[in-house]
Amino acid sequence: MDPLHQFQINPILQIVIAGYDVSFTNSAFFMVVAVALIYALLVFGMSGRALVPGRLQSLAEIFYEFVANMVRDNAGHDARPYFPFVFAIFMFVLFGNLVGMIPFTFTFTSHIIVTFTLAATVFVFVTVLALMKHGLHFFSFFMPHGAPVALAPILIPIEVISYLMRPVSLSIRLFANMMAGHTMLKVFAGFTVMMISGLGAVGFLAGLVPLAINIALTGFEFLVAFLQAYVFSILTCLYIRDALELH
Amino acid sequence: MPNLLAKRRLVRWSGAAGASLATLTVLAGNVLAAAAEHAPDAAHGGEHAAGGLPQLNPATFPTQIFWLALTFITLYYLLSKKALPRVAEVLEERQERISRDLSKAASLKEEAEAAMAQVDQSLAGARSEAQALIAQVAAEIDANNHARQAQLNAENAERLRSAEASIAAAKEQAIANVRSVSADIARDVAGRLAGLDVDAAQADAAVAAVIEERRS
Repeated sequence: MDPLHQFQINPILQIVIAGYDVSFTNSAFFMVVAVALIYALLVFGMSGRALVPGRLQSLAEIFYEFVANMVRDNAGHDARPYFPFVFAIFMFVLFGNLVGMIPFTFTFTSHIIVTFTLAATVFVFVTVLALMKHGLHFFSFFMPHGAPVALAPILIPIEVISYLMRPVSLSIRLFANMMAGHTMLKVFAGFTVMMISGLGAVGFLAGLVPLAINIALTGFEFLVAFLQAYVFSILTCLYIRDALELH
Repeated sequence: MPNLLAKRRLVRWSGAAGASLATLTVLAGNVLAAAAEHAPDAAHGGEHAAGGLPQLNPATFPTQIFWLALTFITLYYLLSKKALPRVAEVLEERQERISRDLSKAASLKEEAEAAMAQVDQSLAGARSEAQALIAQVAAEIDANNHARQAQLNAENAERLRSAEASIAAAKEQAIANVRSVSADIARDVAGRLAGLDVDAAQADAAVAAVIEERRS
């Protein structure tokens, strides 16, 4: 009945390396599942190499072209070398979200440490990219063009803070959406169970209301699963564009 | 860039919505969790009663970071080295095939157009040749007709002339016969009625004078 029980990390295989507990857990298991599914979709889907694609190949090609267009439209043509990175981010988050929608699975994207590590990877990646491309000129990014010099003492701290907040907002957005959605599903399911066990026959009828809400929420959660993967990767694209162009 | 702005707005909206939803549901979840703990049949209430939100339990951080890094790096390696080049290859191949087919179709069309032009040209040549032939034959027939016409005309004229001549000769002959008969009759009449013996030459002259008079 505890709606937060689904977020519990349970070790499957105890592993300790250098004093750190790095056990293979349910979270790790579904990360492996997501990677395996992505790779299987792309490899088996494209194995036919058909001129006129079948269903699975179409799906693989749609994902490829969707992300390719996203990178081109949002990060520019110079961002082509970083397409695999954005694609990996998008697919990993999307499949993490979608696999989590299957009952009795674990949604690894509902853990802040996972989303934060991903967001921090993006943050470090774009910062290193900007530094490599523009050198120390990168720091001009924090002073908007055309702003009066007198405002610099206010603007620069604001820009620096907003830049540093990127991984925080990126990770909390995904984590909060996934956790909220899954918790809500459990809470409404819990209402139904509580009504039935508490009110008997009347509760059975009344329990249909949260059940109906739950059905609607499930559809909504599929939308959120896709939307959050899209938002995460599109922001990655925009950050890459900032790193390449510095405004 | 309204599109970009809209995207940023979407991002901000979904973030805010998610955060507020998270707060609400975590509150609700905590209430339910507390209720579950107090329930006598709480199956797994005690398991994480101390931790509260499992997401905030730092003990699980190393394993999650470790496996995330391992799986994500594996995924990136597999995608960038194997899967994505393969997809790109297939897409490129298709694009190439399509453009090749298109250019082939274009060259075939050009060829067909050239053949069509040639056919048109030879058709026009044949037509003008035929026309020339027809004109030539027509001219030949025309000339032939003209010659025959002229010949016929000449023949007719000749015949006409000879007929006219023979008619004139016959007429002269008839007139001469009539004159001599008339002179004889005139002499005879004059001799019987008046008893005059008219000289033949005189009678002839008188008849001739009358004939001449009538003729004119």
